[in-house]
Amino acid sequence: MADMTNDSRKVAIRISGVKKRYVLGQIGGRTLQADLQSWWARKHGKEDPNTVIGQDQRLIGQSFMALNGIDLTIYQGEAVGIIGSNGAGKSTLLKLLSRVTAPTAGEIDLYGRVASMLEVGTGFNGEMTGRENIYMNGTILGMTKAEIDKKMEQIVEFSEVRDFIDTPVKRYSSGMYVKLAFSVAAHLDNEIMIMDEVLAVGDMAFQKKCLGKMREAAMKEGRTVLYVSHNMNTIRQLCSRCIVMDQGKVIFDGDVEKAISLYSASKDALIRSAYAFTEEDQGPEGEKSAWIESVVLSSSDVEQGEDLEITFRINSRIPMASAGFRCVVTSLSGEAIGLVPSEEFSIGAGVTEITMVLRTGELAPGSYLFDPVLYDRRKEDYVKITHIIQAIGFRVSSAVIYYNTVWQKKYWGNVLFEKMIRVKDQEEDPGE
Amino acid sequence: MDTNYHIHITSKPKGLSLNLREVWDYRDLIVLFTKRSFALTFKQTVLGPAWIFLNPLITSIIHTLVFGEIAGFGTDGIPKILFYFTSTALWNYYANCITQNATTFTSNAAVFGKVYFPRLSIPISNMISALIRFAIQMLLVGAFLVFFLLRGEVHPHWAYWPVLPFVLLQLGMMGLGVGIIVSSLTTKYRDLSILVGFGVQLWMYATPIVYSLSIVGPSLTRNIMLINPVTLPVEVFRYAFLGQGTIVAGYLIWSIVFTFAVMILGILIFNRVEKTFMDTV
Repeated sequence: MADMTNDSRKVAIRISGVKKRYVLGQIGGRTLQADLQSWWARKHGKEDPNTVIGQDQRLIGQSFMALNGIDLTIYQGEAVGIIGSNGAGKSTLLKLLSRVTAPTAGEIDLYGRVASMLEVGTGFNGEMTGRENIYMNGTILGMTKAEIDKKMEQIVEFSEVRDFIDTPVKRYSSGMYVKLAFSVAAHLDNEIMIMDEVLAVGDMAFQKKCLGKMREAAMKEGRTVLYVSHNMNTIRQLCSRCIVMDQGKVIFDGDVEKAISLYSASKDALIRSAYAFTEEDQGPEGEKSAWIESVVLSSSDVEQGEDLEITFRINSRIPMASAGFRCVVTSLSGEAIGLVPSEEFSIGAGVTEITMVLRTGELAPGSYLFDPVLYDRRKEDYVKITHIIQAIGFRVSSAVIYYNTVWQKKYWGNVLFEKMIRVKDQEEDPGE
Repeated sequence: MDTNYHIHITSKPKGLSLNLREVWDYRDLIVLFTKRSFALTFKQTVLGPAWIFLNPLITSIIHTLVFGEIAGFGTDGIPKILFYFTSTALWNYYANCITQNATTFTSNAAVFGKVYFPRLSIPISNMISALIRFAIQMLLVGAFLVFFLLRGEVHPHWAYWPVLPFVLLQLGMMGLGVGIIVSSLTTKYRDLSILVGFGVQLWMYATPIVYSLSIVGPSLTRNIMLINPVTLPVEVFRYAFLGQGTIVAGYLIWSIVFTFAVMILGILIFNRVEKTFMDTV
């Protein structure tokens, strides 16, 4: 929380009592004549002739508060993550800070120039070359031409697209486009950087490089970073503080790990012990000669190390001699954690129930999703039959205290490997 | 690092500040927008920049034929093609300032919705592009002028030539002012974007472009034309550049006052609209 922090630090952003109201329904669709009539009536204290009779005056233009009273103080050099479900108000908050739109109430003070990246490559034009777009994008984000000239070499180097820098960007692959755009933004001198999901694109290696660059900006150069993402891993890697938003309010502000578990808890609603599927729930790929009717877990909560029994009910149109499951275990945010193969089995046409045992000893405490692929091995060829995506979940809990603390997902990840065993050494043991 | 930099954002409008200092800070952006508008207009066209000449040249030839030859409108004794080319280029400059700027908000919504920069840099760069186009057209007009000068058919008032840049500035400012008022209102009332192309066309006929003011005898029509704030700048321009034009001091002052009024009003409305237009577009 803000009051825990040392107040001698310099404030970068102060937000007090900020609200943003949006009017629902069609906006701006009135005609000039109707507006003039209403204005005339208001001026002369008459009733507005454009009001529908019987309409409640208080409800005119139904509105909702995208932000409903936000108070925040962010200090220089902090990297703050903002998480929350869709519609929580994250992006609206960033829009206000970027001055794209103004608040309905409240005040914001920004101490420093703001670089906003609500989108990668704002102002990029396909007809212009990479170099021209660097100038365009850079000046839009607030740099002068002289500043860009000085940084050009660094930007081109960072972007990894040097060979294509004088080619129109419409010829770029989407990855190259993103790299170039991000490089411009990463080299801005602005004291406050605001980013909305901009790292969701681009390959992993580049993403990592960008996160490193951002972290460096915050920690070494004392810049302030505000970062919105649905990818909890990037939040963990970049941020030193995290804010959880819900329905236009800040519901948590503080430790990153606590924020993420609070946010993930709201997604735990996905976790049940029995699931029934229709044919439509199956993923788009596969031969579809069979589909999974239901999955029943022996429990949706297991103690770490306990066996989880999973019963699949398969409805097949053809007999399969060597069918099997290939299951990906993912985190709630969808990152893959590991692959679970299964023993192969044979089934005939019609409905078959298969029960498998999943050992959970290696899964760290936390919530997981489970994506099974049903395949049929025909000679050496694995034919994908059907697929269920992110619909099955379970929780692994543990009372074990690891090294004086609970499991630290941020540092330790999701897998608890088996203990290392000391090799019995014979000659060097002085006791012998 | 400039730690003294401070921005205060409130829900209340900023009052009557024109905010021009910030525009100056972003001057490099204005230059880039201007360059871009040229670079993009002629990419993948066959004739490329020749279009800058061709468009007004063809229009002036048509004007010469229709209004000069068929209708027989007077041109104060100035060679017709020279008269029409000069007037058309001048009007195109003014009209471009209006029409290009009238869609500032709607056609830049994608960029405006993602990043802040002084929105006024777009109209200003549009005005500069229009001015550069005009200057390029004047090269060809200049060639005609030299041709007719050598034949002794035109007698410019050279002493008044220093006034020309001011006339251009005035027309640019007026066009900018009208354009951004329309663009600000367009965010709410889309009808205006349809009206503006049509309106500018009509406005041309109320301005001595395809005829000279001298052929309109004293009448209500003439007074209406004089009140039209574009009339006097056009006449002053032709008086200096081509040697013939009708100048009425009182109406010239009115035109200048109108220019400043419309520009300041325009910037004030524009600055007010830019804060929340993203919610309504």
